[in-house]
Amino acid sequence: MKVLVPVKRVVDYNVKVRVKSDGTGVDIANVKMSMNPFDEIAVEEAVRLKEKGVVTEVIVVSCGVTQCQETLRTAMAIGADRGILVETDVDLQPLAIAKLLKALVDKEQPGLVILGKQAIDGDNNQTGQMLAALTDLPQATFASKVEVAGDKVAVSREVDGGLETLSLSIPAIITTDLRLNEPRYVTLPNIMKAKKKQLDTFKPEDLGVDVAPRLKTLKVAEPAKRGAGVKVADVAALVDKLKNEAKVI
Amino acid sequence: MTSLVIAEHDNALIKGATLNTVTAAKACGGEVHVLVAGEGAAAAAAAAAQIVGVSKVIHADGTSLKDGLAENVAAQILSIAGSYSHILFPSTAAGKNIAPRVAAKLDVAQISDITKVDSADTFERPIYAGNAIATVQSADAVKVITVRTTGFDAAAATGGSAAVETTVAVADSGKSALVGREVTKSDRPELTAAKIIVSGGRALGSAEKFSEVITPLADKLGAAIGASRAAVDAGYAPNDLQVGQTGKIVAPQLYIAAGISGAIQHLAGMKDSKVIVAINKDPEAPIFSVADYGLEADLFTAVPEIAGAL
Repeated sequence: MKVLVPVKRVVDYNVKVRVKSDGTGVDIANVKMSMNPFDEIAVEEAVRLKEKGVVTEVIVVSCGVTQCQETLRTAMAIGADRGILVETDVDLQPLAIAKLLKALVDKEQPGLVILGKQAIDGDNNQTGQMLAALTDLPQATFASKVEVAGDKVAVSREVDGGLETLSLSIPAIITTDLRLNEPRYVTLPNIMKAKKKQLDTFKPEDLGVDVAPRLKTLKVAEPAKRGAGVKVADVAALVDKLKNEAKVI
Repeated sequence: MTSLVIAEHDNALIKGATLNTVTAAKACGGEVHVLVAGEGAAAAAAAAAQIVGVSKVIHADGTSLKDGLAENVAAQILSIAGSYSHILFPSTAAGKNIAPRVAAKLDVAQISDITKVDSADTFERPIYAGNAIATVQSADAVKVITVRTTGFDAAAATGGSAAVETTVAVADSGKSALVGREVTKSDRPELTAAKIIVSGGRALGSAEKFSEVITPLADKLGAAIGASRAAVDAGYAPNDLQVGQTGKIVAPQLYIAAGISGAIQHLAGMKDSKVIVAINKDPEAPIFSVADYGLEADLFTAVPEIAGAL
């Protein structure tokens, strides 16, 4: 069984982004970029399934600008076997990405597609579900445990109030939550080996997908600033402020 | 122009998140209908009919809808989607699971986690962990939306009188099944609906200390308990208490952060709280930059002292 893992190149999670003064977006020029943290978890899970012998090949795919190659090389250094880049300069929205991925699912016929639950730039949390809809496959989102048994996969999901476990027939779409695993660090020898792995490049046109954005961003603004707070000297002063000034207790 | 709100419920009661979603639906203009999809959910449908501002409740009842599986619930929504201009879900685990599936089947973009309705086609939503607010416009015929519940007031739960219409449940997809559920038991207010939240971080040091220090103060205040990702990852608190970009988004009247440094991802989940109190030993902790009241102290002495002073 093959596994397909989509990965996204995003602004590193430690970077505090700045909104551009003309309100057209956030400033990502000269900002450190990395693999979306949830996607790292997805790659790690796919590689672990391969190490267990459940999976024969792990294919990573990224959609976006040429530099996404670096993200794919990182995924291959974690242990993915080959990469696919769908190269475009268009600002890709989840529906367009899901359509590109559907074309690749049709082509590669993976048993599982493992995605991150959300990308930390757009915070959309849509692509996996949309891919499941377009391919008409079952979905298990926010996974914290994945176990393949025959033609079924059991997935524990993090839901409001606890956990639930689903059994899906394979092929299936899974999106990862934070607790699924601890991604490994890539080692220098593996980075060197990853450079030699196969990386195919397509254009959206090659896959017959229209990637034009559906949502128009009119403006991007800074969130409202909170007023400056005060430091209180001791517990008595704090309780007094909460009771008499803020009146919240 | 009519909006459809997908109710979150446990077959007997309508969950609070639905009420905030109804308010967002009203802001889109036009009538508001509510879909209650479940098994044996007549009581929930009756409760939905009481919500002020709702003009019709559609009640779909059947075994296929029992466990809220995305495949079946999405199919149920699609069976009636044709009559609506807006389809809104609360931005809960269930809403986020199903909404994109509906949107993709309708071949429309989905708009996640809106915090404001500017007009029937223009919405505001936070991006980059809440560090920027994007105003987006949709040209699609149907707007599929998830609503950040803390961005909208709750509609009144009683006083309305909508008609309840029953509809046939869709057939089961057969592709997925629920195996089991493990629900964290708690008599506390629900985290996302609580007026007061006492939240603990890695500085608590252990699960025992976490409950020993945080619980008495939460009890005194009738507060919900929250946790930072660091505390959850270290096993001090269960996952579903995590507040932040990837956990729960909360906006209580009072948020007390004890031993939480205030990473970007945590702030994304709580910085819309009305009053924020930070208790931290480290004067440089970023949490102090958003706190209305900061107390630079050892939480192991300060938190019990606060509980004692109430």
